[in-house]
Amino acid sequence: MIHSSKAGFMSGRTLRQRFPLLSMIIQRLLLSVVLLFAVSIVIFGGIEALPGDFATTYLGQSATPQAVANIRTELGLNKPVVTRYVEWLGGALTGDFGTSWANRNSVSEQIGGRLGNSLFLAFFAAIISVPLAVGLGMLAVLFRNRLPDRIINIVSLAAISLPEFFVGYLLIVWFAVNTGIATFPATVYDGMPFLDRLSAIALPTATLVLVVIAHMMRMTRAAIINVMSSAYVETAELKGLGGLRIIARHAAPNALAPVINVVALNLAYLVVGVVVVEVVFVYPGIGQYMVDAVSVRDMPVVQACGFIFAAFYIFLNMIADILAIIANPRLRHPR
Amino acid sequence: MLLGGMNRREFLGRAMVAGMTLATANSLLASSANAQQPKKGGHLKLGLKGGASTDSLDPAAYSTSVMFITGRCWGDTLVETHPTTGAPMPGLAESWEASPDAAVWTFKLRKDVKFHDGRIMKVEDAVATLKRHSDETSKSGALGLLRSIKSIESKGGDLVITLSEGNADLPLTLSDYHLLVQPNGGLDNPSAPIGTGPYKLTNFQPGVRITFEKNRDDWHSDRGHADTVEIIVMNDATARVAALSSGQVHYINSVDAKTVGLLKRARNVEILNSPGKGFYSFLMHCDTAPFDNNDLRLALKYAIDREAMLKQVIGGYGRIGNDYPINTSYALAPEGIEQRMYDPDKAAFHYKKSGHTGALVLRTADTAFSGAVDAAVLFQQSAKKAGIQIDVKREPDDGYWSNVWNVQPFCASYWGGRATQDLRYATSYVSNAEWNDTRFKRPDFDKLVLQARSELDEAKRKELYRQIAVIVRDEGGLILPVFNDYLAASTKSLKGFVHDIGNDSSNGYVASRVWIDA
Repeated sequence: MIHSSKAGFMSGRTLRQRFPLLSMIIQRLLLSVVLLFAVSIVIFGGIEALPGDFATTYLGQSATPQAVANIRTELGLNKPVVTRYVEWLGGALTGDFGTSWANRNSVSEQIGGRLGNSLFLAFFAAIISVPLAVGLGMLAVLFRNRLPDRIINIVSLAAISLPEFFVGYLLIVWFAVNTGIATFPATVYDGMPFLDRLSAIALPTATLVLVVIAHMMRMTRAAIINVMSSAYVETAELKGLGGLRIIARHAAPNALAPVINVVALNLAYLVVGVVVVEVVFVYPGIGQYMVDAVSVRDMPVVQACGFIFAAFYIFLNMIADILAIIANPRLRHPR
Repeated sequence: MLLGGMNRREFLGRAMVAGMTLATANSLLASSANAQQPKKGGHLKLGLKGGASTDSLDPAAYSTSVMFITGRCWGDTLVETHPTTGAPMPGLAESWEASPDAAVWTFKLRKDVKFHDGRIMKVEDAVATLKRHSDETSKSGALGLLRSIKSIESKGGDLVITLSEGNADLPLTLSDYHLLVQPNGGLDNPSAPIGTGPYKLTNFQPGVRITFEKNRDDWHSDRGHADTVEIIVMNDATARVAALSSGQVHYINSVDAKTVGLLKRARNVEILNSPGKGFYSFLMHCDTAPFDNNDLRLALKYAIDREAMLKQVIGGYGRIGNDYPINTSYALAPEGIEQRMYDPDKAAFHYKKSGHTGALVLRTADTAFSGAVDAAVLFQQSAKKAGIQIDVKREPDDGYWSNVWNVQPFCASYWGGRATQDLRYATSYVSNAEWNDTRFKRPDFDKLVLQARSELDEAKRKELYRQIAVIVRDEGGLILPVFNDYLAASTKSLKGFVHDIGNDSSNGYVASRVWIDA
């Protein structure tokens, strides 16, 4: 592919040669857009294929055939699938995800608040867990196979082995019920003072940090150990540099690419995968919002959440790819 | 305890009732429920299960517990119900009377009631409200209750409702929680929470948090004791218990019967269990083989161990059922019907007589009722002793109400209470009922129900309901082992909780009735 395009497309060739990094990034961006488009089809199609009907679920035992028929007519569920898909995608691209079937409010508006809450929690979990994980990973390498390494490993593995809801419950029992030093429930709302918000999210943040830290820490450790056997690290050692300095200045930058990928995956998890933590701590995030919508078959909301989740994964992975390319010049010139 | 001792017949009067003034009714209520003087003020926090981000403020769409309670905070119905007898009591309507055939009803409305936006409530507002909910194209959850309404009008300053057939229960029907009176019936903006209730809604984040402040212009002085109310939606049972035991909320609903024993041990917590009308049940389709054989149905009714179910599935918080859907929480409940108990010999006798062999498939899922899978296994064990083989098939929770309930011939189910016996039978036991989930089709039974509906003589009515109950008990497809209590809990500083037989959380009035004694 590359050869034929090089041969047949002169300007492309020069562009690629002149701005290798930029063209790589543009390529990734385009790929991401294509991927997002494909995902939108899968989401819409999958939801169409789901069994169950909104009107009957929504009305529950109080559903009369009449009320069901009224609702179905109003929502225009009799239009063909393709028409509805095109309308939906058109709206989605302009940030309009339609109206919720269940409460007739704008989906975008409601998601805005919920997504904001999720990002708020994810942000604080990330700024604590990422430096902590990377730092601990470096420490583990420094004290490889010695006591600190073992302790770091055992504690982080124990934290990841406990299900997140259980970690959450333990923290609630210790810090909210028994000692009363932490705020519970973690419900945040519009107009809540910033410091109250911070205190509300302390327990869920701690839970999330415990859950994600092991994965990133172990990847950091493995990646750096991998680099530690290279010749330049040996040179650095022979120069007489200290252990921590070798790891931080010479080994870590070259081990960045795999670490970045794992961090990206965990960040995505922090935004879209924490519904259990949200439920346990009564935190109004987007995961809870989507689950509510699924259980009443509120399709516009499910579609919007699915689409946003996919967009997040794609976006974070794209960023990870781009950062990996920047961090590792060899990736810019594929042979 | 005038109201408590008065029966429905006396209360209704022969086709006429002069409504007692609300002040009297209410002071009576307060004295029967709690002799203490309410303390005003404070911030009341409720941690409630049963709210979702899909909740809407439009009363027509209320279906979750959180919205049920929210509606009771900001709105009022024309008629309310007595917490211990279930009799109709004046609400926004101060009195009412019926024509002798119970088909034309005239309601006198209070004149001194202001909506939260300052407008005076008029008869036209009530007319528009009822019209909105009873309109054929309405999506209201109360539409089914209002089908027999022929016309709703404002006549000479009164609200006049004409029915297509007599219904002695119309006032109770109007106590339904969807029928909150809104300015112009909510036609201008159905989701505007402008009502006449004790609290004004200040913030609504569906599925998260709802806040209220005291309505200083409340027409009703003896309610709404807190300055502000906050409802936090907590769908996780452990989160509710943790929030209550750490003192973060004053009240939680839906306590799990399995863990109530543990919660009792917490020092600052009080368990509030109120008898209810809801029941756990196993349903058989009377028109589907092999359940079309009454001997097989009787065999299964004798083969269930009700005592064990009461103890093990709901932790003793409930009452034993007798295979008809009515208990003493309903007005005019039948008396003197022999209690059916676990009897393996009788079960074996009827089973043999039915000539059925082989296993019966019982479908269940925990969404049917909490503990439904355990209950089905208990049933399986007790039936085994009578030589009846039951195969328990666990179904997915998701879609249970559309794919299993009212579809499969033998399954677990739950029914919440209805305001009256008539509504209970009309909803799922008369032949053409949309949710005739036992496929019970008996024209003579239908006639009895119709006869009871328009009978204004209370003694006669009660006898008719006795006959109806006996038919369902001995010939129907309903196995009803237990009625469950509504289980809630509060901190000890919460006072004045009224155990209302009408529905969960003091019939939704919890925020309006309790106060904080801190």
